[in-house]
Amino acid sequence: MHGRPRKALEPVDAAAQSAKTEKLRLLQSQFLANHHNRIYSKEALEISVRLLEINPESYTAWNYRKLAVEHLVSQSESNPDTIKSIFDEELKVVESALRQNFKSYGAWHHRKWVLSKGYSSIDNELRLLDRFQKADPRNFHAWNYRRFVCALMKRSDEDELNYTEKMIGTNFSNYSAWHNRSVLLSNLMKREVEGHFPKEKVLEEEYNLVQNALFTDPDDQSGWFYHLWLIDQTVKSDAPVLVSSWPFPGSHITLKGNKCLHDHGSSISYPSLLDTGIIPLILCFNQAVEGIESSTVAVKSELGIVEDLIWKSLSTNSLNTAQVWVTYLNLRNLKLQMSRSYLIEISIGHSEGIMSSSGYHYSRPSEISFKLFVETAFTEPAEDQVGKMISWENDNFQKIEHFQEADFIMSDRIITGNDYIPAISNWCAETIGNEINSFRVLLSESDCKIGKLTLARLLTAYDSISSAHDKGMVHSEEILELYADLLKFDPTHSSYYKDERSLVLLRQITSTRESLLQYCHHDRNSIETNDGYVCLRLQNLSLSRMGSIESLLWVQMLDLGHNELKSIEGLEAMQLLACLNLGHNKIGTFTALGPLRLLKSLKVLNITHNEIGSRSVDTTRYLCSSPLSHTEEFDCDLFESLSGDVSAPSMWEAFLVFKSLNLKQLDITGNAFAGDNKIRSFLVKLLPTLKWLDGEALP
Amino acid sequence: MSAAEPSSYPPIDPVNFDLIIVGTGLPESVIAAAAAAVGKTVLHLDPNSFYGSYFASLSLDDFTSFLNSHSVPASAATATTTLGNQHDDSNHVVIELIQQSLYSDVEVVSCPSEKENLLRENSRKFNLDLGGPRTLFCADKSVDLLLKSGACQYIEFKGIDASFVYEANRKFVNVPDSRAAIFNDKSLTPIEKRRLMEFFKLIQQHSAASSDNYNNRDADDGVDGCNISEEDLESRFVFFMEKMRLPPKIKSILTYAIAMADYDQENNEFCEDLLKTKDGIERLALYSSSVNRIPNAPGALLYPIYGEGELPQAFCRRAAVKGCIYVLRMPVIALLMDKVTGHYKGIKVASGQDLYSDQLILDPSFTIPSPVPSSPRDYSMERIHILSQKEVKRMVARGICVTGSSIKKDVPTCLVVYPPRSLYPEQHTSVRALQIGSNLAVCPPVLYYTFVRFVKMLMKERSYYKLP
Repeated sequence: MHGRPRKALEPVDAAAQSAKTEKLRLLQSQFLANHHNRIYSKEALEISVRLLEINPESYTAWNYRKLAVEHLVSQSESNPDTIKSIFDEELKVVESALRQNFKSYGAWHHRKWVLSKGYSSIDNELRLLDRFQKADPRNFHAWNYRRFVCALMKRSDEDELNYTEKMIGTNFSNYSAWHNRSVLLSNLMKREVEGHFPKEKVLEEEYNLVQNALFTDPDDQSGWFYHLWLIDQTVKSDAPVLVSSWPFPGSHITLKGNKCLHDHGSSISYPSLLDTGIIPLILCFNQAVEGIESSTVAVKSELGIVEDLIWKSLSTNSLNTAQVWVTYLNLRNLKLQMSRSYLIEISIGHSEGIMSSSGYHYSRPSEISFKLFVETAFTEPAEDQVGKMISWENDNFQKIEHFQEADFIMSDRIITGNDYIPAISNWCAETIGNEINSFRVLLSESDCKIGKLTLARLLTAYDSISSAHDKGMVHSEEILELYADLLKFDPTHSSYYKDERSLVLLRQITSTRESLLQYCHHDRNSIETNDGYVCLRLQNLSLSRMGSIESLLWVQMLDLGHNELKSIEGLEAMQLLACLNLGHNKIGTFTALGPLRLLKSLKVLNITHNEIGSRSVDTTRYLCSSPLSHTEEFDCDLFESLSGDVSAPSMWEAFLVFKSLNLKQLDITGNAFAGDNKIRSFLVKLLPTLKWLDGEALP
Repeated sequence: MSAAEPSSYPPIDPVNFDLIIVGTGLPESVIAAAAAAVGKTVLHLDPNSFYGSYFASLSLDDFTSFLNSHSVPASAATATTTLGNQHDDSNHVVIELIQQSLYSDVEVVSCPSEKENLLRENSRKFNLDLGGPRTLFCADKSVDLLLKSGACQYIEFKGIDASFVYEANRKFVNVPDSRAAIFNDKSLTPIEKRRLMEFFKLIQQHSAASSDNYNNRDADDGVDGCNISEEDLESRFVFFMEKMRLPPKIKSILTYAIAMADYDQENNEFCEDLLKTKDGIERLALYSSSVNRIPNAPGALLYPIYGEGELPQAFCRRAAVKGCIYVLRMPVIALLMDKVTGHYKGIKVASGQDLYSDQLILDPSFTIPSPVPSSPRDYSMERIHILSQKEVKRMVARGICVTGSSIKKDVPTCLVVYPPRSLYPEQHTSVRALQIGSNLAVCPPVLYYTFVRFVKMLMKERSYYKLP
């Protein structure tokens, strides 16, 4: 049961113990002999019953009984009474096994199997369940089985909902009951069943219910999990929504001078596109979607022919669904006229097919149009053009001081009117506001960590609702303070709090142009030549993960040095990224760099002073896919030809990550692997485009 | 209560005992069971035809006739005087006993005749408690005693379904006495729930810590932060609750429905028993450890099936099993006192037989008249330990009514507390009403019977039944 320490087994005298063992052994061998010889006589079945009574965990015995039942039924000449009695016998066996151990997976499964055959009455099952759930209301085996039985007897969701209410009333520390309630309510609300509609009314009642539990005992976590589900139901929009894109609507992109792309009215340039003449089109949704293809997203342009574009999901672990999608416009094969702007229009969702993973359709057809202005014609990039080495030293960056230079930043926000963000109902903001008030009161009464966490989540949700109405992240400071508190009082979960804190911080930074501008710098590496980047420098912020990528799609040069990053999940969406500094972070393996594989334009990478190679196992695999699940095939021949006779797991990982990159500059010092000359030379071979390794020009 | 002819009294054999107990009330029965259990020879007598004396549960007819026969104080005292002097020839002085009623006033109210018939027909289906209303806390010491003595095998309990507090706006409010009850309560605001639950937790921690300290005093002096300061413990419970920011409504519930305080704690003038924090906490701790102690009785309170009279009977049975001799319908008329030493040596029963024991226990209805002049006065008085306080400090008013409908719909068995001043401004003590439904085998189906009990300032004791 729950909350009771396990007692030491009572000492049994050795003789009794060995007698029991002997008996069990004998039964076991008799049973196995019967099983092998397919003997299903009465005596043989009796042996299996006795075995299961002693040890309900014997899966083989359960399977044997299934075979026996099938055998007996085939012998029964389809006499319904005989068949029924065969199955009833099974139910009895299961019941006595459950009495021995009511958490036996095998026994519950066998019972399901018997009932699904449809010969037995299911009327007794609820009564049986009541007994088990009275003995232990939190036994999730019983709850699972209950759902099975209810589906079988088509018991109404309302009845079951009342049952959960009763169980919660008896003792609200019951994850299973709260969980079942959320499942049932989801169904009822989706079906818009009388009394469970509209959603607002249902959720309000549920908030009241769970609030009673939370205030009665804030230290019990089960109610908080239900509350989390309620918040999710309140703020989530079912249908996927487009939140940002690159190029942003209404922007002017200029191809000029040194074959660069220039954004109109600013000095930002896109040197990364220089070599390739390829413009990425990026769509960023609020949740993972599938079905982005030329039939659902139409690209019209005055460029002339636009061949069937292939949209690619930017996700490290799924091919079919992703939050961010990209396609590439190849300009190099087009004959573009000078001094002319070309209108390009992307229309999304005018035909069905875009769908969220939970099955909701994209329902807000929208257009993004931008202009491409050609100032100079393309020339083939010079093969021997070396360029300059990028340095991440502070001296090389200069703050951007004039706002007008920074028009580009805000214009990436797709909110140009209310086209994209659906009007958030007042109810939603009001509900979240009410919850915020109650938990402020609760926290003033008693200090409770999960209350703080919930308040932080509510404030975050509130800010993101109101930011849709351009009020900004007004609660950021308070949220950050709450997380700082939590980090202090609950160090066990510090990684989670750090992650959440990072997301809030990034959202605060990206919420307004003014705040983002603080972090934008001119790159002096190339400022004289006027083709330098604007560098976003997010240093020393204790970031442990990336977020707010949808506001950062335009970034070409990103400095994330001196943070606490363990993962760079999300970075794969920054398709324009050419220079990336990940120095002085906590990246533990090459696998954690997986998102880089999707950054085709990346030229400069700094991963110095991380922890790559210090651990043999990637402990952040819950964030990154494992190398085994990589969608790309592992090219063994290539790997072997590069690695020669040495081979190490870190080399396989490095191979997978760097194989598809065209880096010019790579810095790796300060990692556990970096001293290994074999890996260094392997990397040099793996990256034929590499010109500098750790600041030294390669021959 | 068939009064048997004196001649039909059976002779009692043997005549010497380690202990003779007169009266089968609850305290006497417990003593009988205890003495018998340790191997003493015990004689247990009762003038009534039933067990339990003032703790018995009786049928409606027996109940009324018992009350009527006990309505006159000092009855049957004179009848024994003549017998008293006849045996003065032996070594003993015979001191006649005077038996008095414990009731100061009894009133039986009849009801309309057509309903009277209904009651008459069902008379034997009633088991009305003479000593009610009484419920046991599941964690009460008396429950431990039942378990320890083995008397529990002769008695069964059921839980009281619910407790309510009457509030001036004429509503019965659930007593939020457990985590689940607080959660389910509809009248408390979330913040009140929080404070109440916090308060319960504090009390649990405090009593756990203090019992720990008690168990190992040599261990460290408890640096735990949950301790309530000494100053708070000595202060008034109501003040302490105020300090813990409990709103008046909850304070009242805790004081009268959980700590079961009798007197108005807010009013110094009329309060004869101001509850200190430490006592309040002790009572609350008893209550909370009662909740859920017994799986079948989720609440804090128990009531015996077949009535309170089962309690003394259970102990008597236990005593009988251990060899105690029981004689019912055997009035005791006098005490025997050793002429030389002045020690009480035995009793004389209605049959005229003398029975001897160095230890005697009489129930509180007996009074011993002023000692015989010849006996050494100081001796005799020293030898008498009065178990129950004779000097009346306070009196209790009790009422029983039989009703045709429940106080609260669908709750047959419940305790309702009317805190001081909730009924009328001059109500200085708390009134408790216990309603028992037919599922406890104490009244016929469809009827409910309700005990009402309160401590009176002007002491008068009343019992009555009526069918509204």
